[in-house]
Amino acid sequence: MKSSWDSGFSRRDFLKTSGALIVSFKLGRAQQGPIAGSPKLSDVDSWIAIGSDGVVTAYSGKEELGQGISTAQMQLVAEELCVPFDRVKLLYCDTAITPDQAHTSGSQSHPANFNHSNLAQACATAREALVKLASSQLGVPGDQLTAKDGFITGASKSISYGQLIGSKKFNLVLDPNARRKDPATWTILGKPAPRPDLPALATAEFEFVHNVRVPGMLHGRVVRPPSVGATLAGVDESSVKGMPGFVKVVVKKNFVGVVAQKPWQAIQIAEKLKVNWSPGPTLPSHENFYTHLRYQRPTRDTALVDSLDVEEKWNQGVSLRSTYLHPYQMHASIGSSCAVADVQSDKATIWSPTQAVWYQRNTCSMLLGIKPENIHVIYRRASGCYGLNGADTVTYDAAVLSQAVGKPVRVQLSRKDEMAWENYGNAYVIDQHAATDANGNIIAWEHESWSPTLGNRPGPATPGNVVTGHLLGFEPEPFVPQTPAPDPRAYNNGSNGIPSYVAGKINGKAYGTGTIQSERVILHAVRSAFWTGPLRSPARLQNTFAHECFMDELASRAKADPVAYRLRHLRDPRLIAVLNAAAKAANWTPRASPKPGLRPAGIATGRGVACVLYEGDNGYSALVVDIEVNQDTGKIAVKRIFAANDVGPISNPDGLRNQIEGGALQGMSRCLGEEVTWDDQKITSVDWSTYHTLPLGFEVPKIESVLINRPDQPTNGAGETSITVIAAAIGNAIFDATGVRIRQIPFTPDRIKSALGTRT
Amino acid sequence: MSAVTLKVNGRTHNLDLDPATPLLYALSDDLALRGPKFGCGLGQCGACTAIVNGRAVRSCVTPVKSVAGAEITTLEGLGTVDKPHPIQKAFIDEQAAQCGFCLNGVILTAKAFLDKNPHASESEIEKAMSGVLCRCFTNVRMLSAIKRYAKEVAR
Repeated sequence: MKSSWDSGFSRRDFLKTSGALIVSFKLGRAQQGPIAGSPKLSDVDSWIAIGSDGVVTAYSGKEELGQGISTAQMQLVAEELCVPFDRVKLLYCDTAITPDQAHTSGSQSHPANFNHSNLAQACATAREALVKLASSQLGVPGDQLTAKDGFITGASKSISYGQLIGSKKFNLVLDPNARRKDPATWTILGKPAPRPDLPALATAEFEFVHNVRVPGMLHGRVVRPPSVGATLAGVDESSVKGMPGFVKVVVKKNFVGVVAQKPWQAIQIAEKLKVNWSPGPTLPSHENFYTHLRYQRPTRDTALVDSLDVEEKWNQGVSLRSTYLHPYQMHASIGSSCAVADVQSDKATIWSPTQAVWYQRNTCSMLLGIKPENIHVIYRRASGCYGLNGADTVTYDAAVLSQAVGKPVRVQLSRKDEMAWENYGNAYVIDQHAATDANGNIIAWEHESWSPTLGNRPGPATPGNVVTGHLLGFEPEPFVPQTPAPDPRAYNNGSNGIPSYVAGKINGKAYGTGTIQSERVILHAVRSAFWTGPLRSPARLQNTFAHECFMDELASRAKADPVAYRLRHLRDPRLIAVLNAAAKAANWTPRASPKPGLRPAGIATGRGVACVLYEGDNGYSALVVDIEVNQDTGKIAVKRIFAANDVGPISNPDGLRNQIEGGALQGMSRCLGEEVTWDDQKITSVDWSTYHTLPLGFEVPKIESVLINRPDQPTNGAGETSITVIAAAIGNAIFDATGVRIRQIPFTPDRIKSALGTRT
Repeated sequence: MSAVTLKVNGRTHNLDLDPATPLLYALSDDLALRGPKFGCGLGQCGACTAIVNGRAVRSCVTPVKSVAGAEITTLEGLGTVDKPHPIQKAFIDEQAAQCGFCLNGVILTAKAFLDKNPHASESEIEKAMSGVLCRCFTNVRMLSAIKRYAKEVAR
């Protein structure tokens, strides 16, 4: 089967020869505005084209990053349009042909394209239009016609989609009332569809961005500053003149790069190039970083909820306080980031692994001084990014170097340049404070956090949000101090700052998943010395680690079973159901933590649980782990994981399992070993010996996924559900096994041993 | 620059290269092969793996001059989409990938190990795979695929 990513099919070629077919509908609900130049989100033709051969080409602004979303989108198109799965081609994220749907991120692809708008509604609108057309062509009333396998059939007559509309435009706007198929009747969605990209991946026929080769292409290499905040003092170009393959040294403000004929030559030239830098400011001490973070000023304060009465509760009940610490962590993609750019005098073609091709087009326009409409950005897959890795920054590198030499240039970052300069996942200090009544029930909960920020995804106009844009003279989005926090006006739990167990009241109305009435959540953002940006489950993971471990502390103090204690404070039926499902799968026996009969040495076993409604509205997740703690070495072995998920109607159960499994293990790696480190000048976690990830062959736990299907609910994302809860579940299991509470990620053997040593 | 002869996937190539060039660049740039990939350039992750005379090597730290004339196999040397090698088929059947970038190193490392150790135990397989990284953490499925292939080899 020819796959969509190497299709030579072009929307423009297709539409050049297409006629017009007019069926009118009233104008659909206006969509939020995409970037100028994007195909209109309200037009069916922006999403769907049907060829004379009946092949359906779908256009999406949500791309395949490895998470399996392209397969699910193809299932969606096949299901809603009633065509076989293998008759669907999906093209995504190419500014010449696909609509702007902002970033592919935040577990938002399913919500964006599977609920009642965009791709799904375009398909439903198209299907109804095809039935209408068939009705008029066959002379059979529409209610006697059925769409199936690319044909409309009824009253012993039949006509194919190709015959009805082949190679013509629909010229329709999305009809918000076009009827979506009832999930009970699904034959393609809801079933495990194999990923069409897998055979090409397994046999190396697949073209990653790293494999893009353009005629006349040269190879670039960037020379990053030796330390954070260093500025360029001078470049001695004569130090590399005459080296084999030398093409050019490129210097722009603080950006330095070289271009050569071949990649190995570029690497050697970059290493040999003499560059003088003025050092940047001394970095905050890594050892005392969390104290630094807590007392750093100014801050940007946000209040998510505040019942204004928590202070009076501390004395009414028994109070408990704890502080949780989470380090900066990296995306640390397995392949260092790569892009290819072909910049000519007034136009450019760019092959990029960016999560947002349209934003990349506009920010490249700012860097290159070329009109956005003359820049064509084509997404090509890189290795998994898990958020904002080096994809955008390396695209800027390639674009600037290509413009300087007037030829196509490919850049792949070194391992060190990838790891030392990416936008890290946020560090956090989180203070938890709660009070319980005489029965051990929680009567007040306060959460206060400090987290550093610098830069972000570039968006449509901020190339300075990543290192290359900044080196080229663009500023990151400004840090605007704000103290005190304004009163919360609307419920927003997008970062899971609000614990699951509070009422989440805004203006008297409860939006949260819990029952605790006295609540306060205050966030303090401060300036970061390092670049930061979204890393899979950004802030949600850190907050959930602190919430779910603290909930366990409260349960333990009340001598209550951790599952039962959670249930006592929850009111959302779906969160309750997902928690019960995980406990049931794990054969959970009610008892309090820590487990009775703790022993001071040897292997200790324990279990832990955690749950969350991801982003406050985007997927229910509960997870139980069984672990072993080697109390002599401090090493943790996770033996079994039971992960329950409710993300609405399931589009591809196998794809969902793959995401749950991968998310759980990635979360395990993050909480057991991953931490960004630095000295007084520079990042020191710059390769796989200094940034500690779990390898393929570690003792992999058995994972049981429990999928709760909710065909009657809106579709949620699933890429970040299990990763959000596993750190807390493991932390709780360590406590269950040993009686020691570790409140700092990562749970390294040294940290655990030293904590075990403090036991009395 | 000097002439280097490489035998890759059964074909002989005469290349004009700095003999210190790591094999990875000869394979991915001069020969435009898509299998071996740059991951770290330090021999730490396995993405660049090639099989040289039956042994899995890290091509990013292997100078071309040291493998001149050797039998070199890359992932595309095993099978094709239409006719995948049994170990490739095992990965397809198990749906064992997310982004797929690491598959080259995972599949070749497993194959080289199992070809030499056809009766390896599960824990020996896991140990053999402990120098390879998958950052999407498709570990469960990948290890299942390798074990599925191992059963075929052992038969």
